[in-house]
Amino acid sequence: MSALRVIAAMSGGVDSAVAAARAKEAGYEVIGVHLALSKNPQKYRSGAKGCCTIEDSHDARRAADRIGIPFYIWDMSDEFHKEVVENFLDEYKSGRTPNPCLRCNEKIKFAAVLDRAQAMGFDGVVTGHYAQMRKTEIDGVRFRAMYRAVDESKDQSYVLAVLNQRQLQGAYFPLGDTTKEMVREEAKRRGLAVAAKPDSHDICFVPSGDNAGWLRERLGSEVGEIVDTEGHHLGKHQGAYTYTVGQRRGLGITTPREDGKPRYVLKIEPKSNTVVVGEREELAINEIEGERAIWCGPRPVGHLRGSVQVRAHGKRIPCSYQVHTYGGEVGEVGGIGESADRITIISDEAIIGLAPGQAAVIYDGDRVVGSSTIAATR
Amino acid sequence: MSGLASGRIYFDHAATTAISPRALEVVAAEMAILGNPSSLHHDGRKVRDIVEGARERIAQRLGASPSEVIFTGSGTEANNGAIKGLFWFRTPRKVIISTPIEHHAVLDPIHWLVEHDGAILREVRVAGDGSIDIDHLEELVRSHRDEIALISLIHTNNELGTSITADELERIKSVIGDLPLHLDAVQSIGKVNFDFATSGATSAAISAHKIGGPLGVAVLILRRGIEITPLLHGGGQERDIRSGTLNAPGIVGFATAIEESVDELKERREKVSHLRQRLLKGAESAVPDLKVNGRGDAPGIVNITFPETENEASLLLFDARGISCSTGSACSQGLAQPSHVLLGIGLGEKEVNASLRFSLSHLNTDAEVDAFVGLLGDVIAGAKAAHHAKLPSLKAPS
Repeated sequence: MSALRVIAAMSGGVDSAVAAARAKEAGYEVIGVHLALSKNPQKYRSGAKGCCTIEDSHDARRAADRIGIPFYIWDMSDEFHKEVVENFLDEYKSGRTPNPCLRCNEKIKFAAVLDRAQAMGFDGVVTGHYAQMRKTEIDGVRFRAMYRAVDESKDQSYVLAVLNQRQLQGAYFPLGDTTKEMVREEAKRRGLAVAAKPDSHDICFVPSGDNAGWLRERLGSEVGEIVDTEGHHLGKHQGAYTYTVGQRRGLGITTPREDGKPRYVLKIEPKSNTVVVGEREELAINEIEGERAIWCGPRPVGHLRGSVQVRAHGKRIPCSYQVHTYGGEVGEVGGIGESADRITIISDEAIIGLAPGQAAVIYDGDRVVGSSTIAATR
Repeated sequence: MSGLASGRIYFDHAATTAISPRALEVVAAEMAILGNPSSLHHDGRKVRDIVEGARERIAQRLGASPSEVIFTGSGTEANNGAIKGLFWFRTPRKVIISTPIEHHAVLDPIHWLVEHDGAILREVRVAGDGSIDIDHLEELVRSHRDEIALISLIHTNNELGTSITADELERIKSVIGDLPLHLDAVQSIGKVNFDFATSGATSAAISAHKIGGPLGVAVLILRRGIEITPLLHGGGQERDIRSGTLNAPGIVGFATAIEESVDELKERREKVSHLRQRLLKGAESAVPDLKVNGRGDAPGIVNITFPETENEASLLLFDARGISCSTGSACSQGLAQPSHVLLGIGLGEKEVNASLRFSLSHLNTDAEVDAFVGLLGDVIAGAKAAHHAKLPSLKAPS
């Protein structure tokens, strides 16, 4: 059998560099590709922000040279803008809280890039994500299942749970069995200059880290009301979309509650441009209504037990779940993208501050079952 | 020796080509010799004699006199020196006439002068094959005559292989009269006839590593008696126009390489023309919808548009199959920009991004061309598939 041929997506960071090096060492034929996600990459990085600066593409190139693999830059800026940045703006405009990293994995790295790689005769895409892939069999169905990473603090299965089985067939995560500390040591041992490069945390296209300011610049300011659950006027805001459900700080309310308790954002009503605030207890929910479900493996049938995670690096909470509306045909191992499936999740514990638009990811033990976008909570 | 022996096929000789074995020998030998050619003592004189001998040999092959040869560190420096130097010296004249298909080493200094020094760029129209519209040039010259600081034209286009022919040059001379003309001849030497004396040019840029000489040495030919404002100030080694200790080993290697390439011009051109024809014949049968760009005056430069492909995909696939070629586009800010040369001759952005440059030399062989043709169909099929990958996974079931 000839060696696997893979595209290694190289951001310029330490993780993707070591992932590419491991793939090469495993005997794969590896070609490094840096994705240019912006037409106007910043000339200089400020701190550890963003993943599309010139410095990052140079770092990625240098790492590829050291590893001894060819390196190219692919211009994905149009696709990224359309699928990720515009979607991010639209979601906020509709009063939801999107996660652009999930969106990028679903629509860019394991869609646009993977499709292109496979069309060119490659078997798949290697990334530096922390997650594990294993062949698994459930109820007689064999498939390539995704599991949480060994390094629980670095696990990225949450942001990968938007990948369907077809996408996962072409996904390679060589770092899932390793801790971040070991990856840095390995990078040093391999002579990769990115060994000590800081991790990136912010949204790559909001390099300032000022999400609200970035949104305001693009969506404009529109003064609206801040009210309590009875509709009493408490103050004004500059645009409901800059608020997030569960937010406590920076509400801009000058009159404190009589009982002195802090106020939290309960709801954002984009149509009337109103922000509703209230007590922390009012944020607690147990039931999640999810839409746009994506199954990493077989589509679950019946009333099942598992755990749910609602934020990247958030904790998993035991839950029951059931697909209650099946939308359209689904292949035997969920070989499609997003489905019209809707799902109900009942968590064993109350969840605080959950916003529509966030992803609810379901696990069976350490295996990722799939994800859905939160439409409503109760 | 090239290509097959190393397992790879090198079709990027316009980017840089192999150093000639004799040039390599003389560079290495000269590197071992102590002495700065500007020193007055014995050791200096010894190296100066070597450098000046090389200057005479280079001048002779270029149709220039030795005092017209000014050594620089790169073709880019020679072009910058001529353009900025002529512009500054001819203040207050502000108009620069040039084409939209110049190399960046010409385009960018002109744009810099426009942005920072009040220069006014007037572009001469070019035809679809990259040749200059001389009637338009005449029009521009007539309407700006007294304001013209210089005219800068690419003598052989690095992406298209289109050269200014001797007849065209005669017409250009009669149109521009005594106005300063700079020729970017970096891709001309050893590929087409070039004679500075009869060209009518005021200045020209030539680079060693494009013709089998070493990297890091080039020549600005500047007509005797012409003054320009220097870019670099210092020891004044080169007519006070270019300062910096002379790169004696590089200069000697340059002289050896230019002798070989000019003296063997006829044989090399015949071989490269034959390779070009063989390549195009094979390519057209493997990929019938391809389109060839440029006039092929320098036959080694073969620019091809492969419809329904992106060159970032086809270049990757060629590279993976052992073939080195080029997209011809500059890599600006880490992101490939569509070639301004192909846009400049009227190709649409899709066609530009579907184009590749294969640059051949006399070092290439029939066997390499045949091996390339053998792979071509496969590579282009892969690039077409990548182009048509329309994200099927994005669609929700309806």
